[in-house]
Amino acid sequence: MKGGRTLRVVVTTIVALLLVVALWEGYKWMGGQTDDHWPGTSIELPTSTDDLTMPHATDIAGELFEEVRDGRARLPLYLFLLKKGWYTFQEAAIGFSFGLAIGLGLAILMLRWRVAERGLLPWINVSQTVPLIALAPIIVTWGRLNDIPDILSISLIATYLTFFPVAVSALRGLQSPDTAHLELMRSYAAPWRTTLFKLRLPAARAYLFPALKLAATLSVVGAIVGEISIGTKTGLGRAILEYAQRYAVSPERLYASVVGAAILGLSVFGMVNLAERLVMNRTEGVERADRVAA
Amino acid sequence: MIRNRLAGLGPPIVVGVAGLGLWEGVVWGFGIRKFLLPKPSSIIARLSENWPILRHAGWETGRIALSGLVVGIVAGIVLALVTTRFRTLNEGLTPLAVAVNATPIVALAPIFNAWFGITGTLSNQAVVVAIVFFPVFINTARGLTEVHPDELELMRSYASSEWTILREVRIPNAMPFFANALRVVAPLSVIAAIVAEYFGGPQDRIGNVITSNVAFVRYDVAWAAIAVASALGLALFAVALLVERVSMPWRAAMGDGEYTTTPGRE
Amino acid sequence: MSGYVESEAAVVIDGVDKVFNAGSLDEVTALSGIDLTIGAGEFVSLIGPSGCGKSTLLRLIGDLLTPSTGKVTVFGKPAHGARLDQDYGMVFQHAGLFDWRRVAANIELPLELRGWSRADRAARSAEMLDLVKLPDFGGHYPRQLSGGMQQRVSIARALSFQPKLLLMDEPFGALDEMTREHMQLELLRIWRETGTTVVFVTHSIPESTFLSSRVVVLSPRPGRINSIVDVDLGERTDDTREDPAFFAKATEVREALRADEVGA
Repeated sequence: MKGGRTLRVVVTTIVALLLVVALWEGYKWMGGQTDDHWPGTSIELPTSTDDLTMPHATDIAGELFEEVRDGRARLPLYLFLLKKGWYTFQEAAIGFSFGLAIGLGLAILMLRWRVAERGLLPWINVSQTVPLIALAPIIVTWGRLNDIPDILSISLIATYLTFFPVAVSALRGLQSPDTAHLELMRSYAAPWRTTLFKLRLPAARAYLFPALKLAATLSVVGAIVGEISIGTKTGLGRAILEYAQRYAVSPERLYASVVGAAILGLSVFGMVNLAERLVMNRTEGVERADRVAA
Repeated sequence: MIRNRLAGLGPPIVVGVAGLGLWEGVVWGFGIRKFLLPKPSSIIARLSENWPILRHAGWETGRIALSGLVVGIVAGIVLALVTTRFRTLNEGLTPLAVAVNATPIVALAPIFNAWFGITGTLSNQAVVVAIVFFPVFINTARGLTEVHPDELELMRSYASSEWTILREVRIPNAMPFFANALRVVAPLSVIAAIVAEYFGGPQDRIGNVITSNVAFVRYDVAWAAIAVASALGLALFAVALLVERVSMPWRAAMGDGEYTTTPGRE
Repeated sequence: MSGYVESEAAVVIDGVDKVFNAGSLDEVTALSGIDLTIGAGEFVSLIGPSGCGKSTLLRLIGDLLTPSTGKVTVFGKPAHGARLDQDYGMVFQHAGLFDWRRVAANIELPLELRGWSRADRAARSAEMLDLVKLPDFGGHYPRQLSGGMQQRVSIARALSFQPKLLLMDEPFGALDEMTREHMQLELLRIWRETGTTVVFVTHSIPESTFLSSRVVVLSPRPGRINSIVDVDLGERTDDTREDPAFFAKATEVREALRADEVGA
């Protein structure tokens, strides 16, 4: 049963990819025929279909094996992107971990003291309207002045994006056990901490994992944007920016690096998914967490 | 009743004021280089000094964010309706949508620039649409499809058409889901617009104002611009709450636990 | 009343009132003037229409609520002390098992909290599973079991540390009739084998009559004890349900409930 499901996912993914490529090439072909207009009309297509704006999918794939310069060395593009991606991944991972810790800490704080919940939660909700991403240059500059490596400064941005979904969903999950469960623990004269560890935290996992999937992808976004906004030396964001600037020379590289970013995002998403599979047994959480309307 | 409401505002206000006070105090006390983290007071000063520029830039970016937001929401709703009606499409599309939502869409910004040109607003609007679309689609689709089977059976026993079921059952069911998505994407649209500006374009937008002031080491002006950007995001968030309140008066802003746009939970 | 000596009493409820939201607009007197003594090893049911305070009374015994006046004594200690000493086990209407723990781990929960070793816990939970006739299900997850089985696990958990008192709040309410009747016999068997004192809340007349040695009939507004029916039908079996004596006792309980409606 499990194997069947994985197979289905793999197959649909491949089919989806092939479809995208087919659409891409089909669009290009049509534009070539009609000189970039919708067929039978004089309405222009939204994007040009020439090879500069939309390189052939095969060209993009082929570019992956071209050699690029990496400092003194020369690497095939895919390896180069892998290296850059690894750097970005580290920023995201560090940010994610901090965000997880802070989010959980805040949630437990708000759980323990209702006053804290009433005072902090509105601010936490509003926090995401501040485009911290816009602060990225300042944060990294501050980091450099204090001898903090860029990788840490940028992970702070990821932290900021991560802590919010974690805090909100963790609070919800920690408050989720129903009266019967709480009464049970009281009948055992269990102190608050015991109830937290034996009941609330396990119950919260079902609510936490969806948020962690979101947080993981957000941490990647934060890392990439952080790199872009400030001129870091390395990372996928940097690569994207560079190739964006050199677009006229070699558009395929930009596409390749963007695909690399997509793969990175999907990978962290998949990692959390895997963690979820390992940590939660099949029967729990599915119903109640679906109540989280979003 | 009013007293309760006001009492409810107490703790957040206390925290907010305390936070501001702390900020002023820390900067003053630790002598944090003013240009890096200015006192709230000096930010306000810069804000009023540069108001014309900031207002214009805020407007430019706000325009882009809002238009992208509206288009993204409409597109998300439409596609959700379509995939509800034609279930087979849903099976195929939803996992794809979840996957795309997991990718850093901001990375598409340079590609959109290449496609739509860097000078107009279209490429930035496209980024906003792309970022807003998916959460709206995923959540609304969930709300439309995850209806209690009993309700569907009831409607079928009345020989209701699919259209009636949609109107009477699915759409009301989907409202809370949609509202949650709305709360999330409203401020997100501003952030998306700003991030898109990092990839170039006319310099009179708020994102560019921030980065250019940072480049010229005028951090306090940069912070003032950030304040404007936050205000934009807050305004849209408030609009989202308002829409929610008007369309679903019974819900009365449910204590805020219900937030997560969740790829993969779908 | 029933000739129980103080020192043998499991539960003594003395002049207890319970008022919720005292002094405000939504004040409610849930219980008023409750005096009740339950002997060690007895099986006592609390029955009454909704709003009569039977669940409240149960929770007062379990120190999940405190009385507004009067006191509750459990095995010679105040109820609060009894809870801290973990002298009793509770079973709710919905099994209340932890979905993320396997059945055995659920049963072991109170033992974990008391610091039992892993080996001791495993041995005890195996014993309990035998007692409730679910010996092969230790490794399952609660969601994989039927309602009746989950409830049996809940009972096993409540008994795992061999409490002298078992408090049960409509534990079979969510089960179908046949499972219910079966579970009633099982509960009686367990009661006989362990010698626990049981206080059982229900709103089913036949259930209360079938299970208990005494049925305490409560009436609402305010909640108070209307009457107490002694039920001595000897050892219960499936046949008891069709015994005219059982029917007569059930009728007695029913009349006691009705008597209140007419006006006490």
